[in-house]
Amino acid sequence: MKKLKENIIEKLLFSSAIFTILTTLSIIGILLYEAIQFFEEVPLFDFLTDTQWTPLFDDKHFGILPLLSGTLLTSFIAIAIALPIGLSIAVYLNEYANKKFRKIIKPILELLAAVPSVVYGFFALIIVTPALQSFIPGMSGFNSLSAGIVMAIMILPFISSLSEDALFAVPKNLREASYGMGATRFQTVFRVTIPAANSGIIVSVILAISRAIGETMIVAIAAGQQPRLTANPLVPVETISAYIVQVSLGDVPHNSLEYRTIFAAGITLFAFTFLLNNVSFWLRKKYQRKYA
Amino acid sequence: MPTTIIESKDFNLFYGDFQALKNINFQAEENTVTAFIGPSGCGKSTLLRSFNRMNDLIEGVQTTGETNINGISVYDKSVDVNELRKRIGMVFQKPNPFPKSIFENVAYGLRIDGIKDKHIIEEKVVSSLKKAALWDEVKDNLKKSALALSGGQQQRLCIARALAIEPSIILMDEPASALDPISTSKIEDLIYELKKNYTIIIVTHNMQQAGRISDNTAFFYMGELIECDDTKTIFTNPSNLRTQNYITGRFG
Ligand SMILES: Nc1ncnc2c1ncn2[C@@H]1O[C@H](COP(=O)(O)OP(=O)(O)OP(=O)(O)O)[C@@H](O)[C@H]1O
Ligand SMILES: [Mg+2]
Repeated sequence: MKKLKENIIEKLLFSSAIFTILTTLSIIGILLYEAIQFFEEVPLFDFLTDTQWTPLFDDKHFGILPLLSGTLLTSFIAIAIALPIGLSIAVYLNEYANKKFRKIIKPILELLAAVPSVVYGFFALIIVTPALQSFIPGMSGFNSLSAGIVMAIMILPFISSLSEDALFAVPKNLREASYGMGATRFQTVFRVTIPAANSGIIVSVILAISRAIGETMIVAIAAGQQPRLTANPLVPVETISAYIVQVSLGDVPHNSLEYRTIFAAGITLFAFTFLLNNVSFWLRKKYQRKYA
Repeated sequence: MPTTIIESKDFNLFYGDFQALKNINFQAEENTVTAFIGPSGCGKSTLLRSFNRMNDLIEGVQTTGETNINGISVYDKSVDVNELRKRIGMVFQKPNPFPKSIFENVAYGLRIDGIKDKHIIEEKVVSSLKKAALWDEVKDNLKKSALALSGGQQQRLCIARALAIEPSIILMDEPASALDPISTSKIEDLIYELKKNYTIIIVTHNMQQAGRISDNTAFFYMGELIECDDTKTIFTNPSNLRTQNYITGRFG
């Protein structure tokens, strides 16, 4: 009887595992199926090199570069802001702040990642953009700068919290060795603690990048919907994710080429985040072994 | 008249409310080895770490009394604690090389001292590795990660790292307790060699080791320095009963 019960439980667990794997596989399968159909009509070469993305216009172009540049630009701005601030917070909390303060502030910081991104999107559009416009004349109402800034706030806890965990995991005796040599706190942090935690810090940054690249609501609301190959942070752009939202919500007929563009865009996005997640997984494995 | 290099005078140390050291009066003379012995928790490490103010790193530590290193009162406000630590080498119980190359480990103290000249750094790294009796084993692999060395080699690397900044004092907290007998005897030989030029304090739980390598032995019990004398006297004719009981293994 007992054996039967265990058997059933085991089967149940097994089938839920299989179910998860099947779901993932079918998502990838559908993505691939639709994307392949897309590439039957649009040459991969054009997709990768054309500098315009106008699938919904009469003069159709299917170059992913404008969407990709929008995605990379907003993500770059976000990381460029979040990395130095997040790392400073991590170092401060780990090396300078007292234990109590650290205990209180860390969960509060992590809350930043729990705010719904639609709220961040409106915050960018309604507060950050007008504020920036007051001293950057000529800035558009939709732009990648304010989207990037607000996205930086959202991903900040990824960097600060995970980097702090990595710094915390550095054995105390390494720090003692450094202090024992007469090193200052600053020297110890930058020459011993951070280098010893570097793989963990890199993992945190990669996770933050992958979060930024996939982020949808903030950029859809605040960065605009104009695919444009540009590095100018003051003008409207469109990211891959924002484009997918735009078309999914629109009235493009299913089974049309226009409809399939979202799968082509989706698979590009998937390729990027898949790659980043794998790199971070690999790094984490390497890093866990270091002090084992 | 031998020179006193390390001196604690009426020294007390508190971890918050807990008094870990009680009225310690201790002296160590130039180019001698002093062994600190006593049961676990009696304050050996605490006193050792008070000499180069490593206790500053622990929240809530308070001290009273005086500690003099080379005649300078180290708890004085005017003392630069980083400069103090540069003159005192420290070796810990568990080997703690940095996750850097062998070369960079030994060069660390020089680099934080702002020395940029490659030749000087190289020369000092080589001579420190030689002094720490590690040179022959690593001379072909200076770029290799220090973490790839054996425990005994790592500990000698840590000694080399401490020697590179040319301290006059070396503090060792159970430096051989995590090592195998062969590595241990290498470390002991090394200490014997180093004592010609350095003043050494070594914490140890190994009575034979204390007997082999030290000139003087200090016995601690519950935060007090019970007695400190010639190692021979302590081991053959201690004046305190507790010392005798501890040495003969009746408690501790
Ligand atoms: N950071 C600390 N905070 C509070 N109390 C401490 C701290 N470090 C040590 N103590 C206490 O101070 C006393 C002396 O500790 P210390 O480490 O100096 O002992 P020890 O003689 O070196 O022992 P062992 O032989 O086990 O290394 C112990 O009772 C210990 O619990
Ligand atoms: Mg100890």
